[in-house]
Amino acid sequence: MRAYIIRRLILVVPTLFILSTIVFLTVRFVPGDAIDAMVNSSDYLALDLDRETLLKQLGLDVPMYVQYGRWMQDMLLQGTFGESLMGDWRVEEKIVSRLPITIQLGVMAIVIAMLIALPVGIYSAVRQDTVSDYIGRTLAVIGLAAPNFWLGLLVMIFPALWWGWSPPLEMVPFTEDPLASMYGTLIPSLILGTGMAAGTMRLTRTMMLEVLRQDYIRTAWSKGLRERVVIIRHATKNALIPVITGIGLDLPLLVGGSVIMENIFNLPGLGQLALQALLDRDYPVVSGVNMFFGAAVIFINLIIDLIYPYLDPRVRFR
Amino acid sequence: MASETIQLGTPPRRRNRFLGFMARLVKDKPLGTFGLAVVLVMLVMALFAESLSPYPHDDVSLIDRMKAPSWQHPMGTDHVGRDMLSRVIYGARVSLIVGITATALNISVAVLVGGTSGYLGGKFDLGIQRFVDAYIAFPGLLLLLTLMSIVGQGLLQIILVLGISGGLGGSRVLRGAVIAIKENDYVLAAHAIGSERWRTFIRHVLPNVVPIIIIGFSITIGGVIISEASISFLGFGLPREIPTWGGLLSQEGRQFMEIAPWLAFWPGACLTLVIYCLNMFGDAMRDLLDPRLRGAGN
Repeated sequence: MRAYIIRRLILVVPTLFILSTIVFLTVRFVPGDAIDAMVNSSDYLALDLDRETLLKQLGLDVPMYVQYGRWMQDMLLQGTFGESLMGDWRVEEKIVSRLPITIQLGVMAIVIAMLIALPVGIYSAVRQDTVSDYIGRTLAVIGLAAPNFWLGLLVMIFPALWWGWSPPLEMVPFTEDPLASMYGTLIPSLILGTGMAAGTMRLTRTMMLEVLRQDYIRTAWSKGLRERVVIIRHATKNALIPVITGIGLDLPLLVGGSVIMENIFNLPGLGQLALQALLDRDYPVVSGVNMFFGAAVIFINLIIDLIYPYLDPRVRFR
Repeated sequence: MASETIQLGTPPRRRNRFLGFMARLVKDKPLGTFGLAVVLVMLVMALFAESLSPYPHDDVSLIDRMKAPSWQHPMGTDHVGRDMLSRVIYGARVSLIVGITATALNISVAVLVGGTSGYLGGKFDLGIQRFVDAYIAFPGLLLLLTLMSIVGQGLLQIILVLGISGGLGGSRVLRGAVIAIKENDYVLAAHAIGSERWRTFIRHVLPNVVPIIIIGFSITIGGVIISEASISFLGFGLPREIPTWGGLLSQEGRQFMEIAPWLAFWPGACLTLVIYCLNMFGDAMRDLLDPRLRGAGN
């Protein structure tokens, strides 16, 4: 058990290191013309940029290993991702200020996904090959096929036309008015959640089917336990373990989805910050947000792996 | 289907494996067959877009601005009077070109990276897998957008970005498959009689991965098409002049959609239909080609 935890913790170090290298290199591969474009665009932005100062500001005037060392040093020792090229603000401060909305969106999406996926998936497995199973599976397959940005657009346009209702476009901070704030992210998280539910529902169903065939479930039935007890207390407990891992693996997709939703529904979250930075070619912000999201996904998956032994005793003794 | 009648009419010894497979698909997997049929129709649309579309996709006609769907324009027209049906037909071309080529590249990268990593094992495998770990943790769409903003907009660029970055993520499956295969007796036997390492890999391991490659292709292509559409939707994909399903739904058209809602409907509906059909076909292929996975993930 301790060996498992230690091994898992040690594995994070190289992964984080490689992640930082990928993030670093993608930005460093910026071809010259992008820098020229920044110099050119600085004219109408009334920023006084020339090639040399820009290279210096980007830290591109020294050899690459020095650049990497500096970047890592800033990040590890000073906890900073550097300054934006577009204004006088630090990247990590902006990330912190934009984070709550993205977290709210993500958490609501996961909760909605689970509220749909678990009951439908479990029911579908218990009543395998019935009409309701078939309907559940068909909906899941359609849910997997419909692109979330299209659903977002439809929700923006058609309810407004038919009923004169449109999703709120002003975002209220959660601390000010939790209910109004949750109402603001309800529609986008519904779209993200239903999309995520489709995959999770299929996984839940497969896992349930596997567990339901096992001996201890037969024993539970033959003891004369009620169906509800067999399904909920005996079967789901084991079937849901891989589903939790599945949520962790879905996180990168969820981040991508929130970039799209924040764009459509005009939510000032991290995704919108990243998108704007990409359009502005504001590379310190781009690498900061990328590093942040990558590290967040790695840490959440680490936490899931660390609580795993408590959920599944088989892992504990391996 | 025509292929079925040909297959029934020929003597058994000339039985073609492909036709036999198609017959099984038609017989056992009606939804998969339906999926394949729709995809083939889309492919024809993509190939013959010039002759099939009623108007050139860039034919601007200011008199016909934002016309609702009618017999002249079954899907209506956009804000400068271009025929939406024609643009959607041309959009199929981009989606399928990108879908097929990027997926092919994707699987090749996956075979190369996952295959060698699994086959060689040891420190090499450990190193590669840490890299893949870091890569998988990366939010895919953000990475794709970052890469697109670096390489610039364009068809070749989007194919390379989607193919290479997707392939790294997909290499896990192939690594697992190769690890399972290399423990088989016939691979050990090949080693024992002194077959070169690479010869063994190419002659004995790779052929056994082919079903997984085909399954991987049919399962991946839908996701690749959605990624392309998402990137184009956000304005990082193809240049505006080229109509794509994602691009048709993007910023440029979005401001007119409240007045002309048909603009928002058709590109997305086509996208959903194609992805649905590809997924159905992919599931059918998986069930037919890999009995061990049958029903998994249904």
